[in-house]
Amino acid sequence: MSVSIRLPSSPLPVLGLGLGPQHLLLLAGLVAFPLIASPFWTMQIGAQSLFLGVIALSLMFLAGYGGMVSLSQMTVAGCAGYMIAVIGTNSANLGLGWPWWAAIPASIAVAVVFALLIGLISVRTGGIYTIMITLAIGVAFFYFTRQNYAIFNGHSGFAGLMAPVVFGVNWHDPLPFYYLSLVVALLSYGAVLYLSRATFGLTLQAIRDNPRRMNALGFNVTLHRVVAHGFAGFIAALGGILYVWLNGRVSPGTIDIGPVISILIIAVLGGLRTPIGPFIGAAIFVLLRNFAIDLISPERFNTFIGLIFLGIVLVSPDGVLGLWQSFSRWATSAGAAGGWRRK
Amino acid sequence: MRLFLLTTLNGLTLAALYFLVASGFTLVFGLMRNVNLAHGSLYLLGAYIGYDVADASGSWYLGVVAGFLSMALAGLLMQLVIFRHMAGQDLRQTLVTIGLSIVLADLMLAIWGGKTYQFNPPDWLYSAVRVPFIRAYPIYRLALLVAAIVIGIGLWLFLNRTRIGMMIRAGVDDRAMLSASGVNVHRVFAVTFALGAGLAGFAGVVGGTALSIAPGEDVRYLLASLVVVIVGGMGSVAGAAIGALLIGLAETFGLAYSPTYGVVYTFLIMVVVLAFRPQGILGRPA
Repeated sequence: MSVSIRLPSSPLPVLGLGLGPQHLLLLAGLVAFPLIASPFWTMQIGAQSLFLGVIALSLMFLAGYGGMVSLSQMTVAGCAGYMIAVIGTNSANLGLGWPWWAAIPASIAVAVVFALLIGLISVRTGGIYTIMITLAIGVAFFYFTRQNYAIFNGHSGFAGLMAPVVFGVNWHDPLPFYYLSLVVALLSYGAVLYLSRATFGLTLQAIRDNPRRMNALGFNVTLHRVVAHGFAGFIAALGGILYVWLNGRVSPGTIDIGPVISILIIAVLGGLRTPIGPFIGAAIFVLLRNFAIDLISPERFNTFIGLIFLGIVLVSPDGVLGLWQSFSRWATSAGAAGGWRRK
Repeated sequence: MRLFLLTTLNGLTLAALYFLVASGFTLVFGLMRNVNLAHGSLYLLGAYIGYDVADASGSWYLGVVAGFLSMALAGLLMQLVIFRHMAGQDLRQTLVTIGLSIVLADLMLAIWGGKTYQFNPPDWLYSAVRVPFIRAYPIYRLALLVAAIVIGIGLWLFLNRTRIGMMIRAGVDDRAMLSASGVNVHRVFAVTFALGAGLAGFAGVVGGTALSIAPGEDVRYLLASLVVVIVGGMGSVAGAAIGALLIGLAETFGLAYSPTYGVVYTFLIMVVVLAFRPQGILGRPA
């Protein structure tokens, strides 16, 4: 990572999100999208991109601002999804049957506690160890849900999960669900953007660049990192609940190594530097998954996305956003492309 | 009593297998700071190739050799073609290994399908031996234990008694100084990577014979390597032995005595070690 603290390109006031005409245009497009799109596009492409982007955003927050590449974000999201099934209602009548207004906060709370624990376990060693430890936790949790029937109902998991009917609106319908996802995505995006410029976020970025110096200056490095894990866990939990609501079910397959790595692919594809990256990555990922099967056989999607991921990592470590930036830089001057190097 | 002894023996032999897989992982990490998350894929690919060779030639021994050599070659290629050009960028290297593992897992599924394969080891390995209190125990698993001990001692001798082992140890301590004293670091890196990857392929055939080979085994052994190395200390072969013992025994006892919470023991060991010694039992602070 670079030594200097990198603020987003335009110097914006802390509270105002600095909305330019292009942002309003994008927002209008996102709001109008389901009105012109078919239900398939609204749900499977639109909403899917939004909540996968939210989960990947939590990884971007930890990696980009905290320097901690955590591979357990899908695990935290899956934990929240499991809790929605366990605490709320599911088709197997195995849940506690709490109403939605109690089940949702409780699920998020459990996921945040889980994320805080992951933070506590993983932050004492830094850098590359974080990846190893969080990946080990993610895979171990997958095996645990698969072999445990008392809580997680083993192999089959839970089915029959759907967004509740609230205020007379069935949130499971495409249009309300899309707008719900959009609101969650916007709030998460705004929260990350705000936090990146608040004292906490600035301290976190300083810790990312030089933990020893921040420690010497009297900042509690461990606490900041653990709280960052908790906040990222909160965002991931929101995305996780939307994830299981759309799919209607949660099982060990939801948090298998495939989905865990997919979140990393999404974040890296879009770029780990700015909060918009994960959403761009998610849109590309979802579009590829749905339409690449026209080009290649559906069974070989993993080879295809794996090769794209390899290409991005080898060519542009800042994702497609980095690709775009180095292209525009190259277009304006013959400057060298920016690299994403550690140390 | 019988269950306890049987579980202990099963735990020891599983630990032997974990040690074989994790020693290569830790060796590569110690020298190059390269977390090779494709290590599990090398294990599975080595097993498949070993199976094909053993099946075609009719010799299990040739399969073992093929598993080792093919993955050593794959490791050599990975180091020469990719990692050599991104030295010091450990995050990018790790992301590349993740990308490789996705592609490899998918290609293996395309080539070998979702079937479960079973090796045919030589007859003398494929029988049972009488062990006090347990009655009969498969001789193959005991041979696995012996093989792991022999390889462990061999690795120790290689690292501590040979010239290239000396270079590797020097590289673990201070890469820049080793390079400055006239050693071709890239050659040392290539040898280490080939050896580490070869060990994974070897373990693939040997472990695949003890259990079986099927899609998904790559993730299982990646997890085992990760936890063993996190617990034992990253970069330490002796640490890998201790970590493998702890994890192998914990997993087997967990499965025998509380089947639905087995993974929790493995996990708890990792948490306790990280709480008291973040660098692992025999690891040195990074």
